[in-house]
Amino acid sequence: MVIKLENLTKIFQPGDAPAVDNLTLEVDEGDTCVLVGPSGCGKTTTMKMVNRLIEPTDGKIYVENEDVSKKNPIQLRLNIGYVIQEIGLFPHMSIAENIATVPRELRWPKQKIQERVDELLSMVGLDPELFRNRRPSDLSGGQRQRIGVARALSADPPLMLMDEPFGALDPITRSYLQNEFLRIQEKIKKTIIFVTHDIDEAIKMGTKIAIMREGKLVQYATPDELLSAPADEFVVNLIGGNYSIKRLHLIRVEEILKEPFTVSPEDSLDEAKEVMEKSQLELVLAVNGEKHLEGLVTPSSLRKEGERVGDVMDTPDLTVDSGATLNDALSVMLTNGEGYALVVGDENRLQGVVTLNAIMEALQDNEK
Amino acid sequence: MELLYSMGHYFMLAASSNPQEGEPWFFEPFFAYLVRRWDRILVMTLEHFELILVATAIAIAIGVTVGVIISYYEPIAYPVINVTQVLMTIPSIAMIAMLIPLFGIGFNNGVAALVLYMLLPLVRNTYTGIREIEPAVLESAKGMGMSELRVLTKIKLPLALPVIMAGIRVAVVLGVGIGAIAAYIGAGGLGSLIFNGIERVNYPMIWTGAIFISIIAIVLDLILGWGEKRLYRY
Amino acid sequence: MRNKWVKRSIYIAILLAIFVGYPWYNIANPADATVARGLMPENVIKYGQDHLVLWGAAILVATAIGVAAGILISRPQFRFVAPVVVNIANIGQTVPSIGVLAIFMGLLGMGFSTAVFALIVYGILPILRNTYAGMITISPGIIEASRGMGMTPYSILRRIELPLALPVITAGIRTSSVMIVGAATLATFIAAGGLGAIIVTGLSVMRDQLFYTGAVMAASLAILLDYILWIIEEEAQA
Ligand SMILES: Nc1ncnc2c1ncn2[C@@H]1O[C@H](COP(=O)(O)OP(=O)(O)O)[C@@H](O)[C@H]1O
Ligand SMILES: [Mg+2]
Repeated sequence: MVIKLENLTKIFQPGDAPAVDNLTLEVDEGDTCVLVGPSGCGKTTTMKMVNRLIEPTDGKIYVENEDVSKKNPIQLRLNIGYVIQEIGLFPHMSIAENIATVPRELRWPKQKIQERVDELLSMVGLDPELFRNRRPSDLSGGQRQRIGVARALSADPPLMLMDEPFGALDPITRSYLQNEFLRIQEKIKKTIIFVTHDIDEAIKMGTKIAIMREGKLVQYATPDELLSAPADEFVVNLIGGNYSIKRLHLIRVEEILKEPFTVSPEDSLDEAKEVMEKSQLELVLAVNGEKHLEGLVTPSSLRKEGERVGDVMDTPDLTVDSGATLNDALSVMLTNGEGYALVVGDENRLQGVVTLNAIMEALQDNEK
Repeated sequence: MELLYSMGHYFMLAASSNPQEGEPWFFEPFFAYLVRRWDRILVMTLEHFELILVATAIAIAIGVTVGVIISYYEPIAYPVINVTQVLMTIPSIAMIAMLIPLFGIGFNNGVAALVLYMLLPLVRNTYTGIREIEPAVLESAKGMGMSELRVLTKIKLPLALPVIMAGIRVAVVLGVGIGAIAAYIGAGGLGSLIFNGIERVNYPMIWTGAIFISIIAIVLDLILGWGEKRLYRY
Repeated sequence: MRNKWVKRSIYIAILLAIFVGYPWYNIANPADATVARGLMPENVIKYGQDHLVLWGAAILVATAIGVAAGILISRPQFRFVAPVVVNIANIGQTVPSIGVLAIFMGLLGMGFSTAVFALIVYGILPILRNTYAGMITISPGIIEASRGMGMTPYSILRRIELPLALPVITAGIRTSSVMIVGAATLATFIAAGGLGAIIVTGLSVMRDQLFYTGAVMAASLAILLDYILWIIEEEAQA
């Protein structure tokens, strides 16, 4: 789904400064284009012109080479997912009915709608059995925003518009949902236009970043290009210096994973001690046959009484999920005062270990 | 329970200010009248209900429609609500008299007058019910591709329903009382008992009319209030 | 600002013009002798006077009693009776206005003073209810803070509670006023005069000119009085 904005201009009141000023932009299939800039610079207005909630004063928008102004707005919107910061769940409908909104408009058969609802609930990490029949008012902010995303994905639209979708959440929930969304996006590969005023979020979520100022496009580049070659002073200030730290948002833990030393909970302590000696980190992980992470073995746990690893191992904390960035991993390490973080995927499957050294190496490589 | 208790008080109050010493004047003649004329009272009660029912149905149809329309045309919203407010201040007997050229004398005139009085709570509550919906809810409905008609029927009206119900409740209770006056021009109902009672100086008749109307209002208020609470409040 | 008063004066002038002009015209141009008899100028003036006096006396006394009683039952010592009183007021309001007049006729006989009495009792209910509601919805923190600053209960009432409850109280007074003007139109049924007399006469002799005159006068007076109270309410809140 290729999106083209051509000389797009929006003037709300004649005589006012344009909210969007002669903006030209092309978003490629599968890209996440993040519109970023200070509040009031025209990001929302730009986005709403794509699904015709706002009509442009001038210029054209092409979705898949079709001029949107020639399309029926209802048909257009049914094919574009839409998520906003305030979420706007329908309070009088259950979660399932909320998610089913667009499929119902499209008159899908009941059975298909039900299956789709359950599939989406699982995809956003909510148990369908538990959540299907609840009301939006029973959910936490983070859960509501997951429903907002699920609702936008319901009819599998090729294009998604997301206006500060995680803006109203607390920092921990936000980072968690960002990671989760990155993981989902890896599977569904939508074309996304994503609005935020937070440059860190832009760098983390975007494959392309469009920096806007007073309705105009200042720079359009990949996050990497943006950090290494900011177009002007405005962009430099927006990024706020400290490029190495910013890069932490850019690199995923998956890229620098180390193979962990593992044992099985059934193994004897002697076997575990042998493995421990090989491990420079003095860290051994207990996993079962399917690589589900079961426990953590450290020198101090090996000094405890017991026969099997299962008797002495500790509960593993310090985990991040596989979509996390180096920034997330570092944050976990700093919070706990340890030099490592465990990376787990779906169903708590151990994927590897990230160490402080590995993070430093990655930043140095990247610098070159 | 609290209500029953205070109703008891109400009767006691009425019974204690006896003007003619020694003579039974309230309970005995009142119950004697009830027993003697129960058939007539029943018919009038049914007539009263008929008047309220017809008027409420028409008033809801008009009031909700007007409320919806003015929610789309903001500039006329307050003028329209003000007009319905002015209608409500007009004394009922004057309203009925002014409606004679259009509706003549009788049931239709009574219905028309009641409808006009019921408009304010219905129009205003429909309007505010729709206006109070969170803008984000409407934006996301529109953004997902619901047509305006679907947004109205699937989102706006269901969300405004509790507020509209509150308006219906106010309108009905109002109508029960004003329905008494409509009896004067032959619209039927329990008001006839009061007017005839005044003419014939028949106090049991007056009390019957007043108390039955009051009971109908209280019962309908309780039923509608219960229904309103059962509607999901978000 | 000036604009607002110009607009208000125009509305009042129009309503007054209707209230005076419409009967004036009909008095000058009666369709027949029956209408002329029904619209004898001294009678029309008397009925108008009755109506205003009924309304004025009832609303004044009802306000005084309603506000005082509302304050009283909102005091901690008397709050235990409040549910009973409020319930009685609620039930009393479901009795139709004609029923209230008729019941008081039974207690006090026919006549003007009975009507005044009935209208007062009828008018107290919304004022009492609203005063009480306005008082108890004031946040306890505000009262607590005033007490903490050393204000006496009386000055808390005068300077804190009443001003805060004022919008609710005035709304109750307006409701009561509308009810009283409407009920005063029915006073004629218990021989207490008022503009209803012209309507009722007109209906019984089937002369539309007659009952229109009464209806238009009653309606314009009711709208005018409510409008004036509305202006007072607006200004009090500004
Ligand atoms: N409906 C509207 N009417 C008039 N002006 C508007 C409207 N919506 C947005 N604007 C103005 O357009 C500019 C851009 O707004 P917006 O696109 O919402 O900014 P952003 O999303 O980047 O914070 C702002 O100056 C805003 O005041
Ligand atoms: Mg915005």
